[in-house]
Amino acid sequence: MKIKIEGLNHIYSAGSPFEIKALDDVNLEIDKGEFVGLIGHTGSGKSTLVQHLNGLLKATSGKIFIGDTEITKKDIKLKTVRQKVGLVFQYPEHQLFEETIYKDIAFGPKNLGLKDEEVDERVKESMNLVGLDYNSVKDRSPFELSGGQRRRVAIAGVLAMKPEILILDEPTAGLDPRGRDEILGQIKSLYDKNSITIILVSHSMEDIAKLVNKLIVMHKGKVNMQGHPREIFKRVDELEKIGLGIPQITYLMRELSNRGKNIKSDVLTVDEAKNELLKYLRSNDNA
Amino acid sequence: MLKNITIGQYFPGNTIIHKLDPRIKILITLIFIIALFFVDSFTPYLFVIAFIFISIVLSKVPLKYILKGLKPLFIIILITFFINAILTPGKLIFNIGPISITEEGLRQATFMALRLVFLVVGTSLLTLTTSPIALTDGIEKLLNPFRKVGLPAHELAMMMTIALRFIPTLLEETDKIMKAQMARGADFESGNIMNRAKSLVPLLVPLFISAFRRADELAMAMEARCYRGGDNRTRMKVLSLEKRDYLSLGISLLMFAIIIFFRYFI
Repeated sequence: MKIKIEGLNHIYSAGSPFEIKALDDVNLEIDKGEFVGLIGHTGSGKSTLVQHLNGLLKATSGKIFIGDTEITKKDIKLKTVRQKVGLVFQYPEHQLFEETIYKDIAFGPKNLGLKDEEVDERVKESMNLVGLDYNSVKDRSPFELSGGQRRRVAIAGVLAMKPEILILDEPTAGLDPRGRDEILGQIKSLYDKNSITIILVSHSMEDIAKLVNKLIVMHKGKVNMQGHPREIFKRVDELEKIGLGIPQITYLMRELSNRGKNIKSDVLTVDEAKNELLKYLRSNDNA
Repeated sequence: MLKNITIGQYFPGNTIIHKLDPRIKILITLIFIIALFFVDSFTPYLFVIAFIFISIVLSKVPLKYILKGLKPLFIIILITFFINAILTPGKLIFNIGPISITEEGLRQATFMALRLVFLVVGTSLLTLTTSPIALTDGIEKLLNPFRKVGLPAHELAMMMTIALRFIPTLLEETDKIMKAQMARGADFESGNIMNRAKSLVPLLVPLFISAFRRADELAMAMEARCYRGGDNRTRMKVLSLEKRDYLSLGISLLMFAIIIFFRYFI
């Protein structure tokens, strides 16, 4: 499903002394099957933007199209929109409420009015996707689990709706390195297996560099840059000016290249850097 | 739906009403409330209206904001009006079946409804123009004399500060959880009463859990900074009375006197 945003504005508490313009004339197009990274300083409007995509926030002005449907129209059925656009909030484990993990994950599909067998099927499938063992975990209380596992339950709860567009708002915030890698790995394999569109909001340039194939940079409610991460991470100075940066490994390679070594400076991951360095060392015969 | 509650929402400003000493503002509000209960004819109401109107104008809080605080109470005010209109005996005006409307009833109903409206407007004006911290500071100072009889004034004030402080936080949290559940297809707005009550479970459980978690964290943070309650604590802002405080207290006492005068001498 294609996402198209035209002239989107959002003002919080309009008309009060606390008025804030959170989105300022945002225009975007996201194609089906893209893995999009959304970065920006705290308060740049990322979360506000993604909440518009499934109709949780109403636009002050502007239009949003999901596929062919204009979801900013008044009489639109938001439930169908929310089924198509799954949104995983920051710290999603805080929204768990059921006695068992099974029931919590089944909450979404049940709200869609699916039959019990279908719900069953979807719970199994989505638990599998996030790496939770169905038989041993399904009857446990979500509150017995560790933070990372709880987060996976919450993500499974959204996946069980079978969204065609999945939005994750900082899915790895507050997790340990292992939990982070596991969740990112699962998101990646989800993207590779099913042809869905994913939008990942993150503060970690490393995560973004590893995963996405399109990057959108927000600043003060506006879209500041968009393009392939490789192109965007070349504009270090601009990124730093708005409180962002580039992956550590990219900094390293840039520095080496600035010091006159004949290597590519636009690498994104440690693996790429390794290959590039090996190539350099071998070609120079100074290993 | 959650945005309609103005109680505990400070409207920042720099007017004379904002700058009044919180103790005086609380006292004036108390006087105002008591005065309302002494009003039994329409002339003194004019004074009440003038008093509250001038206060609102001086505070520069938009009228829209104050009226918003009335919205959630609209039904209660209506019910009060009808119950009073129906149940007061007196000179009959007209009746529909067993329901009879009397002249006294209408009068009484109008008074009660107006009284409620002014109660809410008066108290919202207090909370709109006084920051929660100043408010509890004022309460603590006003309750201080009662410490001799064992009233834990400081602890009460601290509890109130914390409660007020967490209203916006909890509202925000509610909003967030509501959105998260709506993203999973939950529906909070339609269905009959039973269904709606049921649909609140996914909201209330996480909200309670997070409230307890926050309480725990706050207690820990306070202990980490060696908070030990009442005695010998100094404060950052020491309250002191100014000319404007005495003046405004004087004006409200005058209003009170006029109302008492109307009640008992006319």
